[in-house]
Amino acid sequence: MSFSNNLKENVIRSAGVDPKKCMKCGKCTATCPNGNEMEYKPHQFVYMVEKGDIEPLMNTDSIYKCLSCFACVERCPRGVEPAKFIEAVRVAKIRKQGENHLKADMIPDLLDEDLPQQAIVTAFRKYSK
Amino acid sequence: MKFSYYPGCTLKTKAKELDKYARLSAEALGIDLVELENWQCCGGAYSMAKDEIASKLSSVRALAAAKEKGQDLVTLCSACHNVLKQVNNDMTTNEDMINRVHNYMKDEEPYNGETKVIHFLELLRDVVGFDKLKEKVVNPLGGKKVAAYYGCLLLRPSKIMAMDNPENPTIIEDFIRAIGGEPVVYPYRNECCGGYIALEDKNNAIKKSTLVMESAEKNGAEEIITACPLCLYNLNKNGAVELPVKYFTELLAEALGVKGEN
Ligand code: SF4
Ligand code: SF4
Repeated sequence: MSFSNNLKENVIRSAGVDPKKCMKCGKCTATCPNGNEMEYKPHQFVYMVEKGDIEPLMNTDSIYKCLSCFACVERCPRGVEPAKFIEAVRVAKIRKQGENHLKADMIPDLLDEDLPQQAIVTAFRKYSK
Repeated sequence: MKFSYYPGCTLKTKAKELDKYARLSAEALGIDLVELENWQCCGGAYSMAKDEIASKLSSVRALAAAKEKGQDLVTLCSACHNVLKQVNNDMTTNEDMINRVHNYMKDEEPYNGETKVIHFLELLRDVVGFDKLKEKVVNPLGGKKVAAYYGCLLLRPSKIMAMDNPENPTIIEDFIRAIGGEPVVYPYRNECCGGYIALEDKNNAIKKSTLVMESAEKNGAEEIITACPLCLYNLNKNGAVELPVKYFTELLAEALGVKGEN
């Protein structure tokens, strides 16, 4: 089994959902509040994971653009739940050594006096291991 | 009536009012919220990756502690509520995770999703009842036009959160009516404020929060209420519209005449 096949299987297992159920309606991308900021959009994550084309997804900033709003999870008519693929790819990426997107020493510059702790812990959960 | 209560980290720091007004109101309504001992931060976001397990243990501990007390677990922060409910769902559906958690925690009585997690709003609707709440109101809002901002985390994913219809919710509107206000329904009430993106992409949070506030304002809102500290922050700080944004518990305490108490 090639490396990319392994990676594909890992991502699908980690996501726990089935990309083959996608009927390519694009609703996930249409409803995504941050789709405009993504190079690869939610429906492309689904398609590319199904194809095993994971490397470009690992290397795009789009994995840090998902807001975890669960809109695509809720509204996908086929129960594909695309954000789960974005999450699975992001987790595969930040688990690698040295791939944290947010480091603790970056935090002080990002703070303002009203920023709730919730924002910081969430960003860490999403960006770092 | 006694409930276990999970405040979460933000309610101990930047969102003290959300917590304080909930406690005062609960007392006035005859509800005893008992804060869990030694609770740990839920992490703020539920990881959708099925093999992310360590980061979900703090939630399992809180759920198991409530089970030990034989009490339902009340939450207030939308994010804590979302994380605890989703992890609780994992503890009945994700077999691999269940096994790993049991092996790791080695509790005498393993936790299997028994605890019922209820949001403070559900407590008002399902335990107190909005009709009963209305009877207890001493300072009604006087028909003030209030917009409920649900955001993302209270409602979605609806098959797990099961609080309300995710596209046409009514729980906060019914709450507003019960305390004498007039609810304003607007299309962006369940769209995202930008959430934690505020940390690294402020302009993006400004765009999203402004959309929400413009939508509320356009539909006649005089005020917006929320249950989420991060929503409140984004709308207040990043929304380019001058509308007051408050925690729903503040309006509740005011209506019950207990706001000035400590
Ligand atoms: S909404 Fe669901 S079915 Fe439609 S493109 Fe997205 S993943 Fe596929
Ligand atoms: S969960 Fe992420 S990918 Fe899905 S709609 Fe929200 S921001 Fe977009």
